[in-house]
Amino acid sequence: MATAVEYWRWTESRWTAPDVDWRAGKVITAGVDVGSVSTQAVIVVDGKLYAYSSMRTGSDSPQSAQKAMDWATEGTGMTIDNVRYVVGTGYGRVNVPFANRTITEIACHARGANFIYGPSVRTVLDMGGQDCKAIRCDEKGKVSSFLMNDKCAAGTGRGMEVFADLLAVPIEDVGSLSLSVAEEPPPVSSTCVVFAKTEATGLLRAGWPKNRVVAAYCSAMAHRVVTLLERIGVEAEFAITGGISKNVGIVRRIEKELGVKALEPGLDAQLAGGLGAALFAYALAARAAS
Amino acid sequence: MAETTDVMRWQTKPLECWRLAKEIREQYYRNYAQAREKGGLRWVGGAWSFGAIPCGLGDDVYGLTSEPYGATIAFNKDLALECQEAAEKYGFARDLCSYMRNYWGSVLLNKYAWGGPFPKPDFVWQDHICCSHAKWYQVVSELEGGIPYFCIDVAVGPYHERTDSRVEYMVGQMHDGIQWLEKITGRRYDDEKLIEAVKNEIRCTSLWAEICTLNKAVPAPLDEKSMYSLYVHLVLNRYTPEVVSFYQTLRDEVKDRVANQIAACPTERCRLMTDTQPPWAFLKIFRYMESYGAVSIGSLYTYGLMGIYDDQPDGSWGAKVTPMERGVAIKTRDQALRAYAEWTLAKPLWQHFYNPALKSRMMARLAREWQVNGVLLHYNRGCEGLSIGIAENRLALLKEGFPVMPFEGNMGDEREFDDTRVMSRIDTFMETLGLRKLY
Repeated sequence: MATAVEYWRWTESRWTAPDVDWRAGKVITAGVDVGSVSTQAVIVVDGKLYAYSSMRTGSDSPQSAQKAMDWATEGTGMTIDNVRYVVGTGYGRVNVPFANRTITEIACHARGANFIYGPSVRTVLDMGGQDCKAIRCDEKGKVSSFLMNDKCAAGTGRGMEVFADLLAVPIEDVGSLSLSVAEEPPPVSSTCVVFAKTEATGLLRAGWPKNRVVAAYCSAMAHRVVTLLERIGVEAEFAITGGISKNVGIVRRIEKELGVKALEPGLDAQLAGGLGAALFAYALAARAAS
Repeated sequence: MAETTDVMRWQTKPLECWRLAKEIREQYYRNYAQAREKGGLRWVGGAWSFGAIPCGLGDDVYGLTSEPYGATIAFNKDLALECQEAAEKYGFARDLCSYMRNYWGSVLLNKYAWGGPFPKPDFVWQDHICCSHAKWYQVVSELEGGIPYFCIDVAVGPYHERTDSRVEYMVGQMHDGIQWLEKITGRRYDDEKLIEAVKNEIRCTSLWAEICTLNKAVPAPLDEKSMYSLYVHLVLNRYTPEVVSFYQTLRDEVKDRVANQIAACPTERCRLMTDTQPPWAFLKIFRYMESYGAVSIGSLYTYGLMGIYDDQPDGSWGAKVTPMERGVAIKTRDQALRAYAEWTLAKPLWQHFYNPALKSRMMARLAREWQVNGVLLHYNRGCEGLSIGIAENRLALLKEGFPVMPFEGNMGDEREFDDTRVMSRIDTFMETLGLRKLY
């Protein structure tokens, strides 16, 4: 029996800074972002990024947090005992067994975006697994206001996973495929992922090619989050974090509709939450020491 | 409790009149249910209907107001779901007013929220302030076998634009309503009872405004969650001497709490206000915020649903001077109805039906004068009437410099409230206000 292809499955990753000797560092801190779809563990040595892992969240949040931390430290010789302070964030933040404190993902994404994109960022769009947030922040990455989408999976990573499976397109190819259309099709329903899926099924049956259907969905998602952004008001510079930031089809459409270019990330913007948490942990460790 | 002791900033104690408040409420629902046994009459109508007018039919006439009844059902999640499903099964759409669906469901199931079958009303006494209210009792009249239905149109524009002819339009309908009441009940109307009931209602709604004004004090003597149980008499039987007496007692107690700095929430560090009806099945959000030291001191909804306000000599907002205090004669039926119409038109929560800017101004004023640090806006899918313009209100409050956290929900249909997500949103809002969990 053939194994079913899981088109929604994105590539898990890990990284360690090759030129950093953590043993020479004074303060090692970590942030663990347990989201509904993915978990990131980020390790910071003296305020500088040292290592990270990004993997799927399983059904057991404490175990996901532990696995992500183990994978981030794999081969480095570092153990949890070497980490002075850990901040848990994300949907499952209360389930990080080794966290010293929890901080909400909105605060962490703003702080992480400040690190990734620089202090000029004033508006952050975090497109996560099950919700998206429009965040306004200051030059230090401190949140000044925020808005979240309502009770619906449309415009989220989970919604995109559903579509990747429906269309049998690997999730990492969805964005570029959606940009291959000669003409932008009308968007599908942007109010509900279930309705969007039903509509897409109808379009496929009507003979639409995959790229056109996926373009219609990316367009709907982009429009939905643009509405959220317009409610909070977009102030430059503008940056996108979360897993959907990697979907070029959605990012380009958001930029077009907003008339604002999003900053290019220097590293994986899906790490923003965990990275922000690790940086908060660094500040808290410093405060505790003083 | 050692863990929480060091986070308490103020002394607190329970309200002494709390039990009395509960007793009056329970008696109200019992009176309605048992009216027939005493040879009396039952009427039903909206909480904003002119409830003092049926009082002229006698002391044995009892009302059941729909919104607090719908809220009572909403508080009971299981019954609410049963009622909503009954209404949906009957064919009513799920996006209609959730109080209305709860109420209709209760009638359809023949289940009274206070036990036993739903007590059949003799007539409907209603007013028309929002579209749902007009249709609500048309359906009730049909479901109850075609009972008589009278509705007063009150959509005459905002208070500051009132004219004699607009007031006259309402007074004329009230006169017609009294003749109609006499006709359908066969009873002789007593103007003395009407006059007393109108005066009682004016006293109650002024007293409530006075009580809410006392909540400007730091620490707040009352928290909004408790106020929900205290304002309810204004939407039940505000025209009775018992309720006047209750609000006098409450006013004196709150004054005493202010004088002695008795806080509603001993952790008060941050003052919030909300808007519209809360999600009744999830009032725990208020206690959760208190764990951060954040207390909701009220809202335009809690204060202005029934309280009547005016500019005070010092420029602040406070209780409106009653016509009795101003020496206005209320000795005849016409004088009573005129005073009643004039007074009721000043209701804060009637103004935004004409322009959201009117509500924004009142909300910003409340936030400033009651020293509010942040605002929670309930985008209430269950009430089109009170949610209308709320997005504009948000923008206006932000412009005034108040942090605002909107959250979606439904006052009466828990299926539309996302518990986890709202709690998570509150955590973030507390963080942006610079608050940390105290316990």
